[in-house]
Amino acid sequence: MPRWGMVIDLDKCTACQACTVACMAENNVPSAGPEEAKVGRAIFWQEVISQIEGEYPNLKATFIPRPCMHCDNPPCVKVCPVRATYKDEEGLVLQRYERCVGCRYCAVACPYGVRYFNWYEPQWPEPMSRYLNPDEGPPPEIRGGRSGPEVRPKGIVEKCTFCVHRLERAKRKAEEEGRELTDAELVSLPACNQTCPASARYFGDLDDPESTVSRLAQSPRAFRLLEDLGTEPKVIYLKEVS
Amino acid sequence: MRYRGPGEDAPLFQPIMRTGLRFYLLLAILTTVVAWGVSAYYRQLTQGLGVTGMNQPVFMGVYIVNFVFFIGLSHAGTLISAILRIVKAEWRRPFTRAAEAITVFSLPFGAGSIIIDLGRPDRMLNLIQHGSFQSPILWDVTSVSLYMLSSLFYFYFALIPDIAMCRDQLEDVGSLRGWLYEKLALGWTGSPEQHRRLNTVMNIMAVWLTMLVVTVHTVVSWIFGMTVVPGWHTAIIGPYFLAGAIFCGVAALIIVAAILRRAYHLEDYIKPVHFRALSIFLLALSLVWFYFTFAEFLTTYYGNEPAHMVIFNAKFWGEFASSFWLMVLLCFVVPVVILSNPFTRTITGAVAASVAINVGMWLERYTVVVPSLTRPRLPYGIGFYGPTWVEWAITAGCFAFFALLYAVFTKVFPAIAVWEVHEARERSIPEAIERLESYIPGMVSASEG
Repeated sequence: MPRWGMVIDLDKCTACQACTVACMAENNVPSAGPEEAKVGRAIFWQEVISQIEGEYPNLKATFIPRPCMHCDNPPCVKVCPVRATYKDEEGLVLQRYERCVGCRYCAVACPYGVRYFNWYEPQWPEPMSRYLNPDEGPPPEIRGGRSGPEVRPKGIVEKCTFCVHRLERAKRKAEEEGRELTDAELVSLPACNQTCPASARYFGDLDDPESTVSRLAQSPRAFRLLEDLGTEPKVIYLKEVS
Repeated sequence: MRYRGPGEDAPLFQPIMRTGLRFYLLLAILTTVVAWGVSAYYRQLTQGLGVTGMNQPVFMGVYIVNFVFFIGLSHAGTLISAILRIVKAEWRRPFTRAAEAITVFSLPFGAGSIIIDLGRPDRMLNLIQHGSFQSPILWDVTSVSLYMLSSLFYFYFALIPDIAMCRDQLEDVGSLRGWLYEKLALGWTGSPEQHRRLNTVMNIMAVWLTMLVVTVHTVVSWIFGMTVVPGWHTAIIGPYFLAGAIFCGVAALIIVAAILRRAYHLEDYIKPVHFRALSIFLLALSLVWFYFTFAEFLTTYYGNEPAHMVIFNAKFWGEFASSFWLMVLLCFVVPVVILSNPFTRTITGAVAASVAINVGMWLERYTVVVPSLTRPRLPYGIGFYGPTWVEWAITAGCFAFFALLYAVFTKVFPAIAVWEVHEARERSIPEAIERLESYIPGMVSASEG
């Protein structure tokens, strides 16, 4: 059984935010519009957050691309009153759109701020509304619920799925061809990774010692966000060296 | 409508028999506010929770504050009624009913506030169908519904003898009311056996409900305490919330008792002695509240952990300073100044302190819930929250609906437990003598002589 994880090399990352854009297009993330975005209603399954230390002219800016951490010990899953959010057997933390009651307790419990609420019915400005991704997440019987790029209704929580629909499609393709999934096709499988112009992002099986992500996770530069909280995130960052 | 029972209790039935213009005016005002709240909720339901001031990262706002507040308010009734019954405090008798009614009428708005807060209230039943006991929310659903049912039964059982009096002693009540009294009295005849059974049930339920009071408010606080959110994740939060709940509950009872006394001319039943007893209790609770607050913030300050200190600073001198210090003023300074001085510890003084406490305790819930959410651990910047008119309208609607239910109740059933008053007249003196005889040497000869 694989344990999906991601490695993001901050030394390669240019903070261009292409990952954010690709994610929004791939996963039909609604556009909040400038007014609503200003008051904290924008949705970003993948967001580049920045920390600026010091005072001008001695500034140090750190940029951190932040997808869902898909924690092995997810605080959001613990608090969900209806098991709408759950960790599946491959370690993905997913959200059942059809079950969520919209209490937002998971969003409060997540220390990484990766969970987003649909404050309104989702909408897109023209012509984006005509170019929604027709893909759908895996059928509920495969991963126990509906999560994927299908358009979400208002009043529920949504989050990064590590592009579970792409993962499922790749698996099916490999199955049809009678072979195993290869590390090479996994590395840039999620839309954010595929887009990354700096090739700073890697996806793969953390339980496979030969995989790219496993090897990179051994790097002395490797660290995880808010490690002391014991959430065991499966997104591993490689520290900047220059 | 005519009353043909014993003359000395006539004032207790007076509010049921005669309704003045002022009452209808009150009803009209309350109904208008409720309608305003309902229309605001309709707007929220059709457009989404975007009509509130909530956002990322402040995912919880005044609805959750109201939830905690109303559940806290409900603790007055059960606590006063049940605990004072257990310790056989005679002075409880004139306002056990008034207190229990606060519980029964405020709980629906506590539970209701959670439903108002849901993004998908239409999926509410998922909480039962797919309920996961790993989540503190389900602990709440369970304990609050148990508390609601139990206090409803407790309230109703204590109401049966009085309903029977309404059935037997009120004439020309109209067919609907007559039917209601007839059915709800459950064939009560007032026989000694029935009274014995009622008292047994009430005594058992008093113990059960006292345990529930502790459980319910502790579990309410655990919604916050169980997460790792700085400012919430503290072991003191359970007892702190419980003490605060009893505090604002007793204050609410003082306000309600004063209104009933004034509006229904119950001066002979609810007397300054009752307000004095409750005031001393309130004063003690104010000190308890301050003790908890002090212990909580000193621990945070001394420990000086950065994640906790940003929230501490936001409350003490940041953007929440005005609510925080107003809370300290209203929950501690004002009540202690008024209630520790015998000259100001009057009925008016007690009511003034109680109003201050209830406003202060609402602010307390606010300064617990909101500030912690404005400071995410990762560098997202500072969150901001300001309630919108929709949230205020729904809040006002909840309070008005509570008052409306209470007001209508006092027009259908006696607001003072008539049978408790009878029981006090007939049995409390012999019982007190019997009790004293059992432990004071020399009492036996005194009563025999």
